[in-house]
Amino acid sequence: MLNAVSLSPEAWQAIVLTIELAGLTTVLLLLLATPLAWWLAHTASRWRAPLSALVTLPLVLPPTVLGFYLLLLMGPQGPIGQITQALGWGTLTFTFSGLLIGSMIFSLPFAVQPLQHSFEAIGPRPMEVAATLGARPVDAFFTVALPMASGGLATAGILTFAHTVGEFGLVLMLGGNIEGKTRVVSTQIYGHVEAMEYAQAHGLAALMVVFSFVVLLSLALLKRRPVRLLP
Amino acid sequence: MKRIVSALLALAAGAALQAAEVSVAVAANFAGPMREIAQAFERDTGHKAVIALGSTGKLYAQIKQGAPFEVLLSADAQTPARLEAEGLGVAGSRWTYATGHLVLWSPKPGLVDAQGAVLRSGQFKRLAMADPKLAPYGAAALQTLQHLGLLQSLEGKLVQGDSIAQTYQFVATGNAELGFLALSQLVLDARLRAGSFWQVPAHMHAPLRQDALLLVKGRQQPAALALLAYLRSEAARSIISRHGYTV
Repeated sequence: MLNAVSLSPEAWQAIVLTIELAGLTTVLLLLLATPLAWWLAHTASRWRAPLSALVTLPLVLPPTVLGFYLLLLMGPQGPIGQITQALGWGTLTFTFSGLLIGSMIFSLPFAVQPLQHSFEAIGPRPMEVAATLGARPVDAFFTVALPMASGGLATAGILTFAHTVGEFGLVLMLGGNIEGKTRVVSTQIYGHVEAMEYAQAHGLAALMVVFSFVVLLSLALLKRRPVRLLP
Repeated sequence: MKRIVSALLALAAGAALQAAEVSVAVAANFAGPMREIAQAFERDTGHKAVIALGSTGKLYAQIKQGAPFEVLLSADAQTPARLEAEGLGVAGSRWTYATGHLVLWSPKPGLVDAQGAVLRSGQFKRLAMADPKLAPYGAAALQTLQHLGLLQSLEGKLVQGDSIAQTYQFVATGNAELGFLALSQLVLDARLRAGSFWQVPAHMHAPLRQDALLLVKGRQQPAALALLAYLRSEAARSIISRHGYTV
């Protein structure tokens, strides 16, 4: 069933592109989500609830809704499109950068929530102890809080990567199906199915099932025995 | 609880006796005219057409997997032929219920000229079309670009929607300045949408024939046969042509 050799060059191109998109989304999103999750876990601000809801929104919205609004926002008349055009970047729709931004928004709750839960589970005590031992807050964050939240960090990373690989509706609406730029595995499978090329669809779809299973398995193992990603 | 269930069952049985229903799978691009035809069909014959919308590729997959459709109104000619050859359609029941027209459209007035010379000028960043592998109008757009010898020079500007509906969205939101669409998408209440357009001459691409097929599940169904007959009626034909198709 999983005859990797039989995958076409276009399929390999889609796989490489998907890994690039998911990898970059994961790295950038973790950088963004970590401070955001920390803030959400500790703030008493009245903006906490609305911001928390905003972060969770992509979880419940259909990807077509997100895709449609991003198409409008990033378009030549949209506010994001106006800014990117003023900066001389042109519009971001139908580009890899556009997909990257879309993916980051799409996976935001998958990165923020595990991190936020980990930070909340630590409680204020370890940071207080670190402070009494003379550590500056930033030091304490990197040497105490982040290592203690490493399980959440790993979960956030794995979920973001997997969720981006499985992303479909958004890419379909923002991407424009350009080979090597915006045609990822999920849209490639869709194209094969719609074109009734079931054999080609099977190769990629089976790969996707195996990949997703491995991801969920590793998450389940991670939950049973927390690993330390950081020393 | 039991009483409610038996009441519901009685209601359902009564409804089934009163009006015959036909389950018809309709290519998404024909949704507008089909809704009007279904209303007229029910008014004129008493039968009810239950519409399932989807892309032709999806409908094909569903029919192959035993979907309970009795009639297919496809967006192309190949899929009904294939289903008939595979024994899922009634032999000899295929016929062209509508022929579509390809249009190059931009919401900007004056961008597209009546000869389509804008394609040669190349004065645009993105040209949208439907995926030629998935949508007949995409294939027709590709043939048109090949016919004009412009495919190579414009390749870097092409973006593809997975259907003509999505292609329309790309153009209508301004993310692509112009795009190849179906004339039927641009007809609104028997008038053309604003903007500029070029109706691509029919000789530049293979005809956009949309074929209907009686599926084996509808073979013995009076309502299915009635719907197919109704599609050839003057009432249905005038609805179809009002939506930008040739009948």
